[in-house]
Amino acid sequence: MTAALEICDLNKNFGALAVARDIRLELPKGARHALIGPNGAGKTTLVNLITGVLPPTAGRILLDGQDITTLPQAARIRRGIARTFQINQLFRGLTVLENVYLAVAERMRASHRLWRPAGAEREVIDQALAQLEALRLADDALRLVRELPYGRQRLVEIAIALAQHPRVLLLDEPAAGVPSSESHLILDVIGGLDPEIAILIIEHDMDVVFRFASRITVLVAGAVLTEGSPQEIRADERVRAVYLGQEFCHG
Amino acid sequence: MAAIDTSAAAAARAMTDGRARAIAFLARRHHFRVAEALPWLLALAAFFLFPDRMTFGSQVLLMVLFALSLDLILGFAGIVTLGHAAFFGLGAYTAALLTLRGGWEEPISGLVVAAAIAGAAGAASGWVLLRYRGLTLLVLTLATAIMLQELGNLLRDLTGGYDGLPGLAFKPLLGMFDYDLFGHVAYLYALAVLFVLFMAVRTIVHSPFGQTLAGIRENVARMHAIGSPVLMRLVIVYAIGAAIAGIAGALFTQTNAYVTLGVFDFDNSAGVMVMLILGGTGRLYGAFIGAVIYMVLQDWLSKVSPQYWQFAVGLLLVLTVLFARRGLLGLLEDAGRMLRRERQP
Repeated sequence: MTAALEICDLNKNFGALAVARDIRLELPKGARHALIGPNGAGKTTLVNLITGVLPPTAGRILLDGQDITTLPQAARIRRGIARTFQINQLFRGLTVLENVYLAVAERMRASHRLWRPAGAEREVIDQALAQLEALRLADDALRLVRELPYGRQRLVEIAIALAQHPRVLLLDEPAAGVPSSESHLILDVIGGLDPEIAILIIEHDMDVVFRFASRITVLVAGAVLTEGSPQEIRADERVRAVYLGQEFCHG
Repeated sequence: MAAIDTSAAAAARAMTDGRARAIAFLARRHHFRVAEALPWLLALAAFFLFPDRMTFGSQVLLMVLFALSLDLILGFAGIVTLGHAAFFGLGAYTAALLTLRGGWEEPISGLVVAAAIAGAAGAASGWVLLRYRGLTLLVLTLATAIMLQELGNLLRDLTGGYDGLPGLAFKPLLGMFDYDLFGHVAYLYALAVLFVLFMAVRTIVHSPFGQTLAGIRENVARMHAIGSPVLMRLVIVYAIGAAIAGIAGALFTQTNAYVTLGVFDFDNSAGVMVMLILGGTGRLYGAFIGAVIYMVLQDWLSKVSPQYWQFAVGLLLVLTVLFARRGLLGLLEDAGRMLRRERQP
């Protein structure tokens, strides 16, 4: 079976600086794959390479077996890749409903329509509301995003990505910055996501990683150090040295 | 058990209430409000109150149209430009050259051709320039307008250079109404064109396309991430804004019966931006209020003090930017809200 997402020998150089070196990664359909590594390992860069924000220097990216390496960002997204951002990238001056409306309208190809009111697109509105209800955001539908507490803003971040109906979802530290008293809200949502979606999650919290992921890739200085099951990663001395040990020191 | 049922029913009801409210919010947003009739009624009233100032009045209306075209691209799509006069000028010269060199004197089709040429220029320049943002875009748009002005100066035989093209002739409007000395026909003509295009822009900003413009203005990175063809959307709105600016320019030529290369001046690009900021960006009627106040102040102050009138306009702009960031229309909205709050304690 072809993988939902396949990354082959991906390289990215900024001048002499290699931020991605021969990265290989394979996400089967329904994968729960975690990407871990110390700060500056190139985790977010990899997300940017996959979504087309950055062009790779060498290597290939396949979505459902089709080469998307040279496709522009919008075309990749339309083929079923969605992402969330480590630091919120929301439409802060718009309502929660409008934030999700935009994503649904793009997916349903309604966004180019000039001559009918946005409010007349009932199918778009219904789907946007259904998405908000699924994430228990419906009560905040008409509030401006910038007025929401940070934890709920993180949920909007996820709601937008889910409204795109992705086949591959890239979650860049979804619970980052959320107080621990609220982080379970986000983890519950992530835990309950459609099992059909292939998910790559970047996460620093090892409890979350070990609970959520069935495969883990460790990235260090732009290169894959190792990949394995949670048990294998937990037992790996090198991982302890470069990453887990560091965490323990901080803790 | 019964208690649980009730609370579940209440929750379900709350959900449908919330759903209904959310749908109503989007569905009603584009409905007309009573207050929206006011500027149009005032514009009609001005026709009867100041019958001897209608030539000036038509100039005010076409500047409202020009400011509206800038509001679409700056206020709604967030494109900063200091070269919007390029499209005003292209429209103005299209109307002039049609009648003078082409012998095409029918005014309304002149507007259509002006819109097509300015719109095409907007699409072509936008396709290149809108890849840039911020200061780079500001300078590139400014340079575009200057280059067009210089091109007009080089083609002196065609454009009349800085002396311009005076004494242009146009056919009567709709074959019936000849332009009169007092500008009565010109005023109603400009008002009708403004009304039609205002409603068109109003429709666009409330459409799904208009919603994506708000998205681009608020967070362009996220628009890319949800798969929006951002450049294409910007080029489309830029071309529409350019076409409307071209129509404003063509109205300028037709109502004044002359045109000079001054239409491409930086003053024209900056002036329309000042009007829009005075009135309030991204709120449609801000263009209306800003252009009217700017033009009336300019008209009045330049008589009182021909040397220093710009000082007063500048002072008003500084005060607006410092104390009324959402423009004079924003102040009016705040005042209206306070009045309403006092009425219902």
